[in-house]
Amino acid sequence: MKITLGAVVTGGTSLEYKTGSWRDKRPVIHKDLCKACDLCEMVCPDSAVYVVDKIYIIEYDYCKGCGLCAYECPTDAIEMVLEEK
Amino acid sequence: MSHIKVVEGSEAVALAVKACRPQVIPSYPISPQTHIVERLAKMVADGELEAEYVRVESEFSAASVISGSSAAASRSYTASSSQGLLLMTEVLYASAGLRLPFVITGVNRSVSAPISIQVDHQDTISLRDSGVIQFYVESTQEAYDTHIAAFKVAEDTSILLPVMVCMDGWILTHSYEQVSFMEQEEVDRFLPPFQPVNFLDVNDPKSWGSYADDDVLMEFRYSIHEAMQHGKERIKEVFSELARITGRDHGGLIEAYRTEGAEVILVAMGSMVGTAKDAVDKLRSDGRKVGLIKIRCYRPFPYEDIWETIKDAKVVAVMEANVSMGSEGAVGMDLKAKLSGKADAPLVIDFIAGLGGREVNEGTIDEIVKKAEEVLNSGLPLQESHWVGLNPTILP
Repeated sequence: MKITLGAVVTGGTSLEYKTGSWRDKRPVIHKDLCKACDLCEMVCPDSAVYVVDKIYIIEYDYCKGCGLCAYECPTDAIEMVLEEK
Repeated sequence: MSHIKVVEGSEAVALAVKACRPQVIPSYPISPQTHIVERLAKMVADGELEAEYVRVESEFSAASVISGSSAAASRSYTASSSQGLLLMTEVLYASAGLRLPFVITGVNRSVSAPISIQVDHQDTISLRDSGVIQFYVESTQEAYDTHIAAFKVAEDTSILLPVMVCMDGWILTHSYEQVSFMEQEEVDRFLPPFQPVNFLDVNDPKSWGSYADDDVLMEFRYSIHEAMQHGKERIKEVFSELARITGRDHGGLIEAYRTEGAEVILVAMGSMVGTAKDAVDKLRSDGRKVGLIKIRCYRPFPYEDIWETIKDAKVVAVMEANVSMGSEGAVGMDLKAKLSGKADAPLVIDFIAGLGGREVNEGTIDEIVKKAEEVLNSGLPLQESHWVGLNPTILP
């Protein structure tokens, strides 16, 4: 890949930059508690939460683990789990 | 072809900018630059110049508007001085990185504190590492001509960098001199409309200045450095192309003045060059072997051309209206760094002169030349910059 003058790039290139590795805590959704209110999807600054057929999915390639979704969840359905093995 | 009028230096610059057909001019007033943007404001208000004139709330905003408008494919211009230039600093570094080819006049004024409105080069010199090309001018006529060349240099696709034309506050901006103006058709032929390589377009969205990590940032820096280094030849071509049209040759990256057979060569930038030329004439008529180099283009630094001129001299006396406190004057440092390790290189002595508007007259230059001749006779370099005319009796 060559660099461009002024670091000008076409749209959508952040897809290639996976920021999930920055995360130290991983949000885990407890589906039994989730009321499908959409708040987590709305507050996620990286659009890393999305909904498919009323099921909430976290895109771990891009989730930086900021915890906003867990903080805002009215039913405490999201738990932040330490990234360690 | 051209016409001659007596005008204030600021007006000459405003007329040069007008002739370049700028599309966006953000401005924020600060002495001694204000007359330039004031005159441009009047031209826009009177319908003589079709441009977007943006009254911004600070120099930071002026620099931000000019970078935005330049990215949006508009030929853009602004001017500032002193603290105003310092407030622009963050944006100017970014603009060079974004490769935005606008032109800015850096009207030289001392930097606070203590507050002073008098001229020295501390403000623009502090931007030397930003990636902005810097020209310094000796006279009002040179200021006029250099602004017209500046747009062409900035927009050259092999360069694409902001260009700052530095001119001494008051001495050049506020004095009235005879200036020879180009006809509009001549300027239009010399400077065709701005054709950006990249520009902001809602139908073809792009990100500017995208994130650069440790694997590419060095290469971005190097590409700006390279554009400057290769730009040296292109700048000389643009200057000579303009000189062929106007019949006025101010020199290339430097101007060598009576340097043939000189043992002592002075180096200067800005309006003090005119005084130095007179001083050199007198010293020459007394049989002293003294010459002068005017640096017109300070960034990129024209080391090669300076070397060709000084290689047979014995002492080079750099007189400069700036100081990197805790070290030396910037131009002296540049030159010493490049001469280091060169066999038979002349000794370089750094003179700090003219800070905060302190007068640099023929007597000052005589003093500098005397000191340089002392070094020549002793063969020993000065260990530190020599502060010309410093009054130690009033130091605390």
